[in-house]
Amino acid sequence: MGLLSDPNRRKAITSLLTRLNTPICVVCYLAGIAWFMGLAFEPFTLRTYMSENAMGSTMVEERFPSGERALATAREFAAHKKKVGGMPVDWLVKTMRAQGLEVFTQSFSRNLPFPDESKERFVVRGTNVYGILRAPRAPRTEALVLSAPCSPGNSNNQAVGLLLGLAQYFRSQIYWAKDIIFLVNEHDLIGVQAWLEGYHHTNITGMGYTPLQGRAGSIQAALSLELNSDVVTSLDLVLEGLNGQLPNLDLANLFHAFCQKLGILCTIQGKLQRSDWDTVEGYTHSAQTMLLMVLKQASGRPWGEHGLFLRYHIEAASIRGVNSFRQYKTDATSIGRLFEGMVRKLNNLLERLHQSYFFYLMPSLTRFVSIGYYMPAFGLLTTILLLRALDLWVHLGTPTPVTEDGVGEGESPSSPGLLSVLTPVVISHLTGVALYTLPVLSQEMAVEHFPVSETEAVVLTAIAIYTAGLALPHNTHRLISGEGTEQGWRVLKLVALLYLAVLLGCTALINFSLGFILAVTLVPAAACVTPHVPKALSAVAMVLLSPGCTILYCVFLFQELQEVPVSLAEGWMLFLSVISQGILDHALYGSLVYPLLALLVYPCWLLFWNILFWK
Amino acid sequence: MAAPLTLVLILSVTIRAVLFRSSLAELISERVEVVSPLNAWKRVVEGLALLDLGVSPYSGDVFHETPLVIYLFHFVVDYAEIVFMIVDGITAVALYLAVQNYNKNVFRKQKYALEADRYPHDCLELMRSPKEMHYIPLKVAMFYLLNPFTILSCVAKSTCGLNNAVMALFILSTLKGSALLSAIFLALATYQSIYPLTLFAPGLLFLLQRLYIPVNPCRSRFWFFTVQYSVMFIGSLLVIVCLSFFLLGSWDFIPSVYGFILSVPDLTPNIGLFWYFFAEMFEHFRFFFICVFQINVFFYTIPLSVKLKEHPVFLIFMQIAIISIFKSYPTVGDIALYMAFLPVWSHLYRFLRNIFLVSCVLLACTALFPVLWHLWIYAGSANSNFYYAITLLFNVGQILLVSDYFYAYLRREHHLSQGLYLRRKDGSEATLVLK
Repeated sequence: MGLLSDPNRRKAITSLLTRLNTPICVVCYLAGIAWFMGLAFEPFTLRTYMSENAMGSTMVEERFPSGERALATAREFAAHKKKVGGMPVDWLVKTMRAQGLEVFTQSFSRNLPFPDESKERFVVRGTNVYGILRAPRAPRTEALVLSAPCSPGNSNNQAVGLLLGLAQYFRSQIYWAKDIIFLVNEHDLIGVQAWLEGYHHTNITGMGYTPLQGRAGSIQAALSLELNSDVVTSLDLVLEGLNGQLPNLDLANLFHAFCQKLGILCTIQGKLQRSDWDTVEGYTHSAQTMLLMVLKQASGRPWGEHGLFLRYHIEAASIRGVNSFRQYKTDATSIGRLFEGMVRKLNNLLERLHQSYFFYLMPSLTRFVSIGYYMPAFGLLTTILLLRALDLWVHLGTPTPVTEDGVGEGESPSSPGLLSVLTPVVISHLTGVALYTLPVLSQEMAVEHFPVSETEAVVLTAIAIYTAGLALPHNTHRLISGEGTEQGWRVLKLVALLYLAVLLGCTALINFSLGFILAVTLVPAAACVTPHVPKALSAVAMVLLSPGCTILYCVFLFQELQEVPVSLAEGWMLFLSVISQGILDHALYGSLVYPLLALLVYPCWLLFWNILFWK
Repeated sequence: MAAPLTLVLILSVTIRAVLFRSSLAELISERVEVVSPLNAWKRVVEGLALLDLGVSPYSGDVFHETPLVIYLFHFVVDYAEIVFMIVDGITAVALYLAVQNYNKNVFRKQKYALEADRYPHDCLELMRSPKEMHYIPLKVAMFYLLNPFTILSCVAKSTCGLNNAVMALFILSTLKGSALLSAIFLALATYQSIYPLTLFAPGLLFLLQRLYIPVNPCRSRFWFFTVQYSVMFIGSLLVIVCLSFFLLGSWDFIPSVYGFILSVPDLTPNIGLFWYFFAEMFEHFRFFFICVFQINVFFYTIPLSVKLKEHPVFLIFMQIAIISIFKSYPTVGDIALYMAFLPVWSHLYRFLRNIFLVSCVLLACTALFPVLWHLWIYAGSANSNFYYAITLLFNVGQILLVSDYFYAYLRREHHLSQGLYLRRKDGSEATLVLK
């Protein structure tokens, strides 16, 4: 407690921090970025290991024999799907029933707030079919889910075929201790959402669905399968779920262990593992993999069907078959065996997966960075905000140069009115509320008056409000509170800095990637802005560092990392579709990124914008 | 001054009414930070249902409020929202009047001291001006009514608001110098949650001071008044307890309310220090550590009373803060009560050392509570350690805040007697160091 009570040492520390404030901030920023980039360097990461006893030591044999038959089923399914022109519900029910499952259907409907142009849907009606394989050896209190989407067109037929093949094979085994639910859902995520809400008797997104007729126990884990071809070259593991939630790391370990055992090539973010970590290419490769994961996590969208399971405390992952031009192919039997092995190990679980990490980043499938290693990178960035706040506080507290531990100061000049600080805060947040509510509400009006489609109307309204917000607040606060004082902007900046620090801290705890990406762009803007810097130049810099532009950079970076670089025009179109998807994700699945950005981050940024134009 | 107070009251009632009508009310009433097993409205409703069925409300280990509260709500359950808003209003007005009275006294004392030339000459800038003191009562009322903690507590219909009102009335009647009313309200507050028992000392000290009776064990007047006040307190406590017994027809409530508070059987997470510790502890240490933890609340009364015997109102503030930090089921409503007093000590601001750090900590913790709760309970990715870490930090922040104010208060008193600019023996400037 010496530091807190000894005035001399406190004075020394405070004066050091205020004198060297700028250099320390610069060092912190660079160190934060360097730390983050260093995370992808292999010696700094940990090797993954299986923590769960029940899955580690038990021996499991994979005997799934009927890959060919599963592919035949898939062809049959495809034919029926084509005939019906959608999901062949009757055929699925009949097939599943013939395999001895308890089969139920659930129909659902959902009106989207505005048409989804990338998937061409507006009013979605569909049916989920699921069959339950009752566990012969246990009291049916727990369940596992295997799901495959029934996608439009010709895709994903093999996944459904393999699912049915596995169901038939699993039916004849006696070792199941958990019920296994085979779910074929229509309209991908919307179907999964309807099914999960029905299963858990909740309705959080305003979906219309019929109640489930048959249920199993509490779901322990779920695997989702996406397969487009008869043979695959590799399997890709998708972990990122809604709001950046990740499944327990043991699930990834399990997948990797079985891929090793069966000799199947496995990837994460579509990237194979490289062994040459000490070369530049090796490092770049793992950095790319990690950055892809960070970008995907930051988007807060479910990147596969598993993403929605995570919200219900169900550990889930999607496994995606990739067929590229590689020579080495894996047939359906092996993939079936992989699933058999994984499901059998999950079947052995005595309690939910909880032993391993929930907060991690993966530079490759065998390496991970845990929360203790990546948080310092974020911590260094937030420290800047706190240091700047401390600096301002000291300046505010001592207008006269005398600092004698509270003694000897003159009367401090009259503090700026509450109004001059409160006005920008309120106005910025009102702008945020407008940004959150108006785009969806005003689409009809926009469509009437402008030659745009509904989706474009929503996105363009959002961008328009975003831009209008730049002009609005700094004009109005002057009208209301008169001339701002030198103290006024200091107080406002102090408030804004603390606000941003708390906001980013909370965001980073829930979704590290989002918090970090926002911190990388917002922190420099927040730290540097004062009314005394050259206006035009810093205004441009501020706009370039605003949350909206951050999304734009992320779009380009993502394309670059995926090795499908886009031109500026294409990038802009992608940016627009990302915004519309973000708004849709919020409406459909309750993703929090859009409200977070619109209601909190954007107003916070506006506060700094306000300071820049303080007069 | 009545007009701004009315305005604040109207504003706060509007906010509460809006929140009561919104969908947030249900969410707020489920938050562990806002309601505890002692004061959750859900439990009061359950108790009422049992009472209506003719069963003792204390059967079934759900209801832990006192009998008087349940009989109160037996009559006004349909108007519960209005009752809670009125109760908050009463608390604020009581605090307003109490602080107004206190400030008048402080100013009068300062005037006499100045006229008697008792202060060193360089202390003029420590003197308090009527201008700065004018708005303090209003600020106190505002701090209580518009504090988000109070609003949350009220919207959750936590009975903590009632306890706060009783305590505020105790403070008001003590400061107005009415020994009987003070004893009655103190008895009521003690009856509600035991811990306000520690306010007996400051109450007594204040009344003694008001009657110009020196705190001196050799004087018979001191003992006479102490016994008088104790008899009033114990008498009214007995009356209230017996009244509860006759209303209920059984002594069920004693173990169910006081046993529940003292032995802490419900380890639902809250913002206090008990739950995690006792959830982790081996059963045979439990009794010992319960004693250790509970003694915390009561023990500080003795040293603080000795140190602050000349300043009973500040002692009341310290005691309320200590109760709200160390009590077994704290909620944010308890914190709101002592935070309302902070404007009264605004003249100590220049002596506060860590106010920036502490307010950052409290702010961050308040934001992190729901986040970590979400991660632990809903996402399942964090665990109880995360939440407890924040609880711990929050309480450390509160303790730092209170001890900072304590230090600042003593320091100001020291300067008032020794002069503002301290010199060492060799004539150089001296600074005060607390080690």
